[in-house]
Amino acid sequence: MTMEKNVPLWQIFTVFAKIGAFTIGGGYAMIPIIQAELSKRGWISDDELPDIVALSQSAPGVMAVNISIFAGNKLRGFKGSVAATLGSITPSFLIILAIAMFFTAFKDNPWVERAFKGIRPVVISLIAVPMINMARKSCKTWWAWLLAAGSLILVAFLNVSPIYIIICVMVLGFSISCYRLKR
Amino acid sequence: MDILLLFGQLAWTFFVIGAFTFGGGYAMLSLIQNQVVVEHTWISESVFTDIVAVSQMTPGPIGINSATYVGYEVLQNATGSHFLGICGSLTATLAIMLPSFVIMLLIVRFYEKFKTSTLYAGTMRFVKPVVVGLIGAAAVILILKVTWTGFSPEVTIVTENFPDWKSWLLLASAFAAGYWGKANPLWLIIAGAVLGIILY
Repeated sequence: MTMEKNVPLWQIFTVFAKIGAFTIGGGYAMIPIIQAELSKRGWISDDELPDIVALSQSAPGVMAVNISIFAGNKLRGFKGSVAATLGSITPSFLIILAIAMFFTAFKDNPWVERAFKGIRPVVISLIAVPMINMARKSCKTWWAWLLAAGSLILVAFLNVSPIYIIICVMVLGFSISCYRLKR
Repeated sequence: MDILLLFGQLAWTFFVIGAFTFGGGYAMLSLIQNQVVVEHTWISESVFTDIVAVSQMTPGPIGINSATYVGYEVLQNATGSHFLGICGSLTATLAIMLPSFVIMLLIVRFYEKFKTSTLYAGTMRFVKPVVVGLIGAAAVILILKVTWTGFSPEVTIVTENFPDWKSWLLLASAFAAGYWGKANPLWLIIAGAVLGIILY
């Protein structure tokens, strides 16, 4: 997979820092930017991108980071993946840190307080919208709806940890898939 | 000593979150919320909601952003030190990415096999609906608080997030604008802030 083009590590870092700095909302929003930045430089080809996206989605973690690991690794191996990942998170890391420090000093300001009173309900619908979009894509059978509803109830109302649910469903899904393959 | 323990807990918590998040940033939010708000009670629901809002507005993936913010918040609250807060955010950010790193490098190695693995695809068909449920639960937890005494649940509204009817109206209109109007989340948050200043 690695092509060892000898792209300098600092260049990998800066290109991914640029991608990281201009992606607001994360995930899918960064795909067009990644495409523009990486294929312009010949780092990945256009027909590779769907594969990379699919793989990055199926691995645990955040897609943006996974794409950086994948592309960085392709360019310069392990070092490349470290450079790309650090690059893609550095801008947001610094911005968040600045806000966190600023916010602790200003959160008792009445204007900030009122603004956040208005923002909080909005945040909940911002979580609900992608959830419904995901449901329409991945819940197409009755058992998929049952899994979704069941895990919602377990976590929200019975205080079960999501991690246990994910482990259980992976074991269940794996066993059923094995069984189906054998038949 | 207590501080070291806290760093250890923070690192382990975010490492586990990173390893078990399938389905991207929003799924990650539900795990962060469960661990940080419910399990460890490091931060409250309303502070978590604020962190989600800030993570949405700023560039970068929302899951990583909230890890950075939570790491700072937890250590800063415990010690009052900005420096330890920064160390906390570094710890959480690196810990949440570490599992992806290991797993992605393995996947790259076995790329061709992995791509065509029906077993993996089959397993994911079961995981994906659960992720939908987990994200839904994250939204519900920010609205309702459920406490159990024995077998009788008590359901109350999270009043920090929903103090009055105006906040329900904001929820409904932001949902309508986001779902049917496909409005950009960034603009919705800005609109929420402006309306908050006008309404309250």
